[in-house]
Amino acid sequence: MAGLSSPLRVCRGILKELRAVQGPSYKRSLAYNYVMDQFRKNQVTGERYCRAQQEALHASHTYLCLLTSTRNHLALHNIYHGKGERSPEEAAGLVGLRMPTQPGGKGWEK
Amino acid sequence: MFRSLVRLQSRFGNALSLCKECPTSPFSLKYSTATSERRKFYQDVSISQGEGGLYEINLDQRKLKTPGGKLFTVPNEALAIAVATEWDAQRDTLKFYTMHLSTLCNTALDNPTQRNKDQMINAALKYLETDTVCYRVDDPYGLVELQKNEWDPVLHWIENRYNVTIGSSSNILGPEIPEATKDTFRQHLKSYNFWSMTGLEYVITQLKSVVLSFGMIDKHLSVEQAVLLSRLEEEYQIQSWGNVEWAHDYDMYELRARTAAGALFIQLSSESSTVKRKLLQD
Repeated sequence: MAGLSSPLRVCRGILKELRAVQGPSYKRSLAYNYVMDQFRKNQVTGERYCRAQQEALHASHTYLCLLTSTRNHLALHNIYHGKGERSPEEAAGLVGLRMPTQPGGKGWEK
Repeated sequence: MFRSLVRLQSRFGNALSLCKECPTSPFSLKYSTATSERRKFYQDVSISQGEGGLYEINLDQRKLKTPGGKLFTVPNEALAIAVATEWDAQRDTLKFYTMHLSTLCNTALDNPTQRNKDQMINAALKYLETDTVCYRVDDPYGLVELQKNEWDPVLHWIENRYNVTIGSSSNILGPEIPEATKDTFRQHLKSYNFWSMTGLEYVITQLKSVVLSFGMIDKHLSVEQAVLLSRLEEEYQIQSWGNVEWAHDYDMYELRARTAAGALFIQLSSESSTVKRKLLQD
């Protein structure tokens, strides 16, 4: 069995991610109700090893990973890959260089 | 997968012209995959149960369709809600490359490659011959040790779990996988339905490993662990050369998101969602 964190932490993690994507009104969303419902349903079981509960925990952990990774990926995408390619001037500026001006040619001041 | 995205783009023929008005440039870097975006054209996302008990997604009053023009339907409520949440999470533009579950559903519904389940099983098992965890290096010593310590336990686990022989090799040809091993897996995969097989093939191609995929589906590994093991050599190189956020972290989060989506997709589409209620005893 993969090392998973406790159901409560996963539940809170998912809710936090849902709030991050849906804003303050996330408590009215379908996902919020469904997630709360599932966690409530699965919390009361006997002491015996419960397969359904383990499956639900694994699924919830996977879903949390999906939400977190998608958010982080999108954040990095927006920083590094979302704006398209930089112009040569910008790229040169990043490392403290300037594009050369060609005498009499392109970019030459008359 | 990508084909289905492209179809979506071509179906909405005005996607490109819309993109020009978007704040983001249409000429995005080709480093990342499928960066098509489209302006959001709806406010409310809801689900409804249509005929045959299948769930549909409604964007405002319109029903969501697949890129192939079929009605978008999913077999259970959980998947429908997860897909609806993806559509609901979009802000000004639709970023299809963040909507992994929707993409997987589209692929399963449209089946753009027109293959049947047997062909998919064969394609999936072909990965076993070049499985990431079966290919080992001879040097440097640190990486050899790391691969042995991290990959061997998973390999032993799957060999015991399915009673098969896989083995590992540092030969360029890889280990010789016995036909019996493939037959065992083939038999096992026959119990998968078309949707879960779509998800499994996706996960295998993402992790580049049948072993790690099974480890994750059988709940032996978490998504994070499977992704870490899949990127073991990269992680080793990061340790000695440093981490570059815009490449390493970017790739890792993308891989995690895709793998998690695939795993969830398999679990949700293979379960028969039986609700067993305890009898109340007064």
